[in-house]
Amino acid sequence: MPTINKRISEEIRAQARKLLEEGEVAAVLGYGAGSLPMTVKPLVVRNPEDCSKLIWNTFCVLNLANYLPAALKSVEPPRGPRDPKPEGPLPKVAILVTGCWSRNIVVQIQEHQVARDRVVVMGVGSRGMVSRRKVAALFPGLEILAVKEGDHELVVQGADFAETINRWSVVRDNCQSCTHPDPVLVDVRIGEPVSERKNPNPFMQVDAIEQKTGDERWAWFTAEFATCIRCYACRNACPLCYCPTCFVDDAKPQWVGKSLDAVDTGLFHILRAYHCAGRCTDCGTCETVCPMGINMRMLTKKLNKDVLNLYNIEAGMEPDAPLPLTTYTMDDPEKFIATEVTPVPGAVKEGK
Amino acid sequence: MIEEWNKVHVVYVPAMEKQAAASPDWAPGWCRLDSSSIALTFPLPIGPTPASVKTFFFPQPETLLTYTLENNHPDKGLMREPERSRDMQVVLGVRPCDARSVLLNNLPYQEDQFFQANRQRTALVGFSCDQTLSTCFCTRMGGSPLDSEGLDLALSRTEDGFLIEVCSEKGEALVADLELAPAPESDISALAARRNAGGNPSATELDSLKGSELGTLYDAPLWQSLGEACINCGACTFICPTCYCFDIQDEVVRGQGRRIRYWDSCMFPLYSLHTSGHNPRGQKVQRTRNRFLHKLKYFPDRFGPFSCVGCGRCVQDCPVNIDIREVMDDLIHLTAVE
Amino acid sequence: MISYMPYPVRIDDIVVETEDGNQKTFKLVFENEAHRKAWKHVPGQFAMLSLAGQGEIPIGIASSPTEEDHLLFTVNRAGKVTTALHQMNIGDRMGVRGPLGNGFPVDTEMKGKNVVIIAGGFAVTTLRATLISLLARRQEYGKITFIYGARTPGMLLYRDELQQWAQRGDIDLHVTIDREAPGWEGLVGFVPTIAGEVAPSPENSVALICGPPIMIKFTMPPLEAIGWTDDQVYLSLENRMKCGEGVCCHCNVGPTLVCKDGPVFTRGQVKQLPIEY
Repeated sequence: MPTINKRISEEIRAQARKLLEEGEVAAVLGYGAGSLPMTVKPLVVRNPEDCSKLIWNTFCVLNLANYLPAALKSVEPPRGPRDPKPEGPLPKVAILVTGCWSRNIVVQIQEHQVARDRVVVMGVGSRGMVSRRKVAALFPGLEILAVKEGDHELVVQGADFAETINRWSVVRDNCQSCTHPDPVLVDVRIGEPVSERKNPNPFMQVDAIEQKTGDERWAWFTAEFATCIRCYACRNACPLCYCPTCFVDDAKPQWVGKSLDAVDTGLFHILRAYHCAGRCTDCGTCETVCPMGINMRMLTKKLNKDVLNLYNIEAGMEPDAPLPLTTYTMDDPEKFIATEVTPVPGAVKEGK
Repeated sequence: MIEEWNKVHVVYVPAMEKQAAASPDWAPGWCRLDSSSIALTFPLPIGPTPASVKTFFFPQPETLLTYTLENNHPDKGLMREPERSRDMQVVLGVRPCDARSVLLNNLPYQEDQFFQANRQRTALVGFSCDQTLSTCFCTRMGGSPLDSEGLDLALSRTEDGFLIEVCSEKGEALVADLELAPAPESDISALAARRNAGGNPSATELDSLKGSELGTLYDAPLWQSLGEACINCGACTFICPTCYCFDIQDEVVRGQGRRIRYWDSCMFPLYSLHTSGHNPRGQKVQRTRNRFLHKLKYFPDRFGPFSCVGCGRCVQDCPVNIDIREVMDDLIHLTAVE
Repeated sequence: MISYMPYPVRIDDIVVETEDGNQKTFKLVFENEAHRKAWKHVPGQFAMLSLAGQGEIPIGIASSPTEEDHLLFTVNRAGKVTTALHQMNIGDRMGVRGPLGNGFPVDTEMKGKNVVIIAGGFAVTTLRATLISLLARRQEYGKITFIYGARTPGMLLYRDELQQWAQRGDIDLHVTIDREAPGWEGLVGFVPTIAGEVAPSPENSVALICGPPIMIKFTMPPLEAIGWTDDQVYLSLENRMKCGEGVCCHCNVGPTLVCKDGPVFTRGQVKQLPIEY
């Protein structure tokens, strides 16, 4: 019996080929085989004969929604910046999604980055993706040369060892705490739907940090972000980060210093997280792609928790739902508005 | 030996764990040995160290000059030489690939005062690689896992200890006051034999790229798909030992200013953006191509060797699995077809 | 050794050149006599203007080496540093790092030849430096043709000097504006059109062309039609620069570094490069 992911791969190839052959879509966004164990490459397939290159496995950790706007643009007929939009419907793009990525597409639709009628969503219920880093950490000082994937276990092989490990134990933190593994938007269903996951506390990691004292939290924050090299992989891999000029790149005025000053680095990460508030679906790509292994996901996860508690909203669940931070309602919590002035110790004048 | 060095020099070893917050003499990916270190030993991973040694020669950031902007100060706006540490620093655990990267970076930085001063005060103590990773490809780039090029002291494992090769005056100074046993002839010849067995690394199949027309490489079809996959982050450039671009900026804090240079990446759109808004490399594919062609064509055109030592860090850490070995294969294939 | 340390200078004079106020010429004098003596440049070279707290910008040197006691830079207000520079006053201190780049071949290929200078808009700055240099050694060159165009009369730089040059008998001067304007009695028309009408002979000649890319693109066909070759035509490229010394790589066009190998290239050299400028 082939594994679940083998069967899903076959189905993806067949469906992608069908969509391309029938002219339903001009391109399919998926994954190809990587050059190293436990890696995949993002792949844009434009010819039916290339569909055999598409794969699906437990290491598909990159969020393909990040590529969707550019892929849509790439299939449009070329035109200059001032040329009018061509008449008639524009070509479509098919994209492979799991729960969180489908919610990213919902956010892209809500924020007018992507037109719903140009996307064919190929939905796969996620069984959780494996963290390459977690697997490597189990074999310190050893190089992993191949990983064979079963439905519930991984066989990790090196030059002179082979060991079977439990798959779920090395699934990424964000997948382990996920409650919506099945896509919320599906045009073409791949494999079997996966039911909502009951998770008593999806915010366990955040709670652990929140329970620390202020000093301890600061110590956690400074240590966690000390190794940041400002490569911006977290930002560039994120489908939410599409500003034409990011605030860190702005020169007039320059908001953030450019060197490895801890204040600048911290500012970048905090502001980036806030830009994602109410929009982040906890896909974990930022954390996955970080070459330094920084858990910046904790910041966005904390904001996801706040948005859920304050507005009872989880990002990207329904295309027609209002965006929590751009919608005002009379009963919005407004505890942050100070109703009385608290005297600041040592201040010369109160208020101003 | 390490203990003796640690008494008079600043000694760094590869950091294997996450490091605590930055201190002034902090080097990302490396940790400073202090005399209280429990044992003066450190783990050395197979293959390249987690961070490259470029941080010691090309720190992030380097202060180029300082000035005051205090009103009424007679020297307001006058630029001064920065204060610089002249302490000798010894870096332990350097792999041959990284040692070679310093020599390659030295080519463009030949006349750079700061890079040269950092070279002066840095001694590299290297360990040859008994084992390599599947992502290592130093031999393909003209290096060797047993190379001592660029090192001040080169250590190789023998049956009962280490063979220390003294490769420079700095290296000689490091061992001058130590009581070391002269190396047995047998160990020396064994190492020479191992080196010879590795063959002559200088001629590689890659050399066909050096002679090929720029236009052929520039218009290669592979850039399109690479550019599509690349997310244009700076991860590859920042972890790369031979990526050496920098940006320069002024920073002013409470009236005291400094001009710094810090790592930049040709992957970023801002890198080439004109003030007018025009961007000569405005598209992702152009930027991805620029990085690879710089390493494989532009740099060799100017200086001779490729600007890559085959450490494989980018292969391991690229978020979208862009693999320079595959890029080179594709380009070689392309030029062979021509 | 490259030190990235600018020479301290003072702003000795500021001239607002254009009617929109966006072009100012800064006359800079060295604070230190030894620096003044050490400074040697060739027309077509550039320098980094250095403002403490703001940064550095590469600007073409508008003064000729023969104007020994000062440096001139005409600066368009565009970005962060140029905006700050435009707010500075006479007597203020700043820095100059350079000279950088290669410059025009005034002492080599241009010697003994007819020189055709074609300038559009505010790219005229280093060509002014060149013309002043040539005039200082007028007998070493053949016929000098100077074609210069701007959008309006008020957008012409160096207007006083243009009048002086017009009165000299040894420059074939053609100053043009894009469209008719009240009070303007000179030439009207785009630079490429005027260049086509003037039709300078390529015989024993070199041309230096600086201006917006579109102007250069349309100026070449009429010149080629009368026999000009790519190796006789010198252009000046611009790209984002940081170090100016060929280290930081920002300005690369393929394997070429604009700051070090250029900014002056023959048209033949430019054609060999990928279009990344």
